[in-house]
Amino acid sequence: MAKRKPKLAVWKFASCDGCQLSLLDCEDELMAVADTVEIANFLEASRRVTKGPYDLSLVEGSITTPHDAERIRQVRRLSKYLVTIGACATSGGIQALRNFKDVKDFIRIVYATPDYISTLDKSTAISEHVKVDFELRGCPINKRQLLEVISAFLGGRRPNTPAHSVCVECKLRGTVCVMVAHGTPCLGPVTHAGCGAICPAYARGCYGCFGPMETPNTASLSDWLIGLGASEGEIARTFHGFNAWADEFRQAGDLNEKKQDDQS
Amino acid sequence: MKKSKTIKVDYLARVEGEGALYVRIKGGVVEDVKLKIFEPPRFFEAFLRGRHYDEVPDITARICGICPIAYQMSAVHAMEDAFEVKVEGQLRALRRLIYCGEWIESHALHIFMLHAPDFLGYEDAIQMAKDHREIVERGLRLKKTGNQIVSLLGGREIHPINVRVGGFYKVPDKRDFIDLREKLERGRDEAIENVRWAARLSFPDFEHDYEFVALRHADEYPFNEGQIVSNKGLEISARAFDEHFIEEHVSHSNALHCVLKGRGAYLVGPLARYNLNFDRLSPLAQETAREVGLTEVCRNPFQSIIIRSLEMLYAFDEALRIIDQYEKPDSPSLEIQPRAATGYACTEAPRGMLYHRYRVDDGGIILDAGIVPPTSQNQKTIEGDLRQFVTGRIEMPADQLTLQCEQTIRNYDPCISCATHFLKLHLERE
Ligand code: SF4
Ligand code: SF4
Repeated sequence: MAKRKPKLAVWKFASCDGCQLSLLDCEDELMAVADTVEIANFLEASRRVTKGPYDLSLVEGSITTPHDAERIRQVRRLSKYLVTIGACATSGGIQALRNFKDVKDFIRIVYATPDYISTLDKSTAISEHVKVDFELRGCPINKRQLLEVISAFLGGRRPNTPAHSVCVECKLRGTVCVMVAHGTPCLGPVTHAGCGAICPAYARGCYGCFGPMETPNTASLSDWLIGLGASEGEIARTFHGFNAWADEFRQAGDLNEKKQDDQS
Repeated sequence: MKKSKTIKVDYLARVEGEGALYVRIKGGVVEDVKLKIFEPPRFFEAFLRGRHYDEVPDITARICGICPIAYQMSAVHAMEDAFEVKVEGQLRALRRLIYCGEWIESHALHIFMLHAPDFLGYEDAIQMAKDHREIVERGLRLKKTGNQIVSLLGGREIHPINVRVGGFYKVPDKRDFIDLREKLERGRDEAIENVRWAARLSFPDFEHDYEFVALRHADEYPFNEGQIVSNKGLEISARAFDEHFIEEHVSHSNALHCVLKGRGAYLVGPLARYNLNFDRLSPLAQETAREVGLTEVCRNPFQSIIIRSLEMLYAFDEALRIIDQYEKPDSPSLEIQPRAATGYACTEAPRGMLYHRYRVDDGGIILDAGIVPPTSQNQKTIEGDLRQFVTGRIEMPADQLTLQCEQTIRNYDPCISCATHFLKLHLERE
């Protein structure tokens, strides 16, 4: 009997679809992926839905509604491995900016009839709700890393995705440091690697879309940025960006916000 | 005998984002059509308040991973409107070029992966590839070339990092285009083939007298500039958008429906652009349209797959034109002096016109933001189409009717992620 193909499922929660699109953006590898796995649930790409359990679930998006908080538990029950893809699923995403404010005010700003909207007051990462086997960073994820994660999990090994900073990626790429050379504020020293240090190669500072690296020294970087002429308000805004609800960035942003308030 | 039935599709597939469709038929009459959008709201307009104008292209890009360039372009043009800056020359040309990349990538995704399987009777492009491998592979090649334009200019395909108010962070050298140029030439030939292929598909007999709304520019097919015009006499600037259009919030949807005040539903997107701007297409695109039997008017939304293919051809043609006249500009961006003002802009996202409005203070901080994406503008028209389509086909077997209703929705390439800033099918025959 032919060996059963592993079943891959892709799930969407609150998100922009960018991370799951990364899979369809693997133009050269997509057909080969489809030959090795059964794409059992990927609504953006197919009407066909095969019942679980699934060998690998890729989860995009954050939890923002009571219904989704329930749905993610179901996905967990149906999945052997559950991997989050992207900043939304891993840290709550840009929509976690609501977490700092009263969500009722937010609903009123966008919708004329607030009663029609059902939402939680916080946008949270998948790991706050269920056990996650691996988190892939980025807003959006890097598609090479996605392919590595898929083949690693289906091959029963840990994915090989470096944990150093964007700073190290600049050095590897041979990009001149934008802070040293041009005094451009950059989150590279505290941001998790994975993108390949794109922003500095385009003459701008990193804005942290891959989220915090392990034990980032955000205090020392904040001092450095002040030295380059950035204001506390600007620094707070940059930490409170696409990974605002990741602990280290949230705290660093809060601290800079407080300093700004103390001054005024 | 009076017949009643319900069509229900709980999770619409091959659309970008999450939605459902609900149609109720009673006594042989379509009683109710609802396109539900349950994609959770993400409140962009709310958290944009208090952010700096420079961050807005990066933040609004995250409304949609399929058309981030559209969000970035509407955002930067609205800011530049507020600050009275006009980006011209090669920087303006590069903005058209990156938009060409997004049109190619997004149209290829929709034509081959989302729409074609409906016409050829498959559940998805992967199943379709078992019998039509060359077509799917051509689609992937075209898509890849579109993505290459976006990554070359933008740093990466999704949420590019190089677009800013005033221009770019870094601009390419002329020699950076050498490899891309070759691929674009091959792509343009394949795009012509592709228009011919799309025109040979079979289309349901269905037409509607839509009010088409799109930008119109003095001499170009529209991307970033032009007046908002319609085939029923509308002609206004983006600044007057709020006076003529109104967003309604309906209970069955997390998306807002946009209508023309006092006139109702209208249609944006490839079909609208084509009907209003045929004479602005390149000679090659016009010639190819005529060759496959199209005229300047096309009112069958199912044929949008041909029009998308034509627009893709146009984008290849235009990209080559831009590259051939390119000279590297002295500076990658213009100097910006923020001032307290309100800025407005509409640009043509692959799915249709995208409106942004920002009120900023003199430090460049956003006080208020308004965004109207193409799918909220089309939602009412999609519901209208479904009503008309089902009314003509009430006796059709439920399976087939459901599939064709889904196809009716997919004609619009609805982007639900955008509409919430929108889909699932319920067909009820009681
Ligand atoms: S992490 Fe970023 S790219 Fe990925 S779904 Fe969320 S907003 Fe989109
Ligand atoms: S350099 Fe920073 S902001 Fe830019 S893509 Fe990489 S992680 Fe994201």
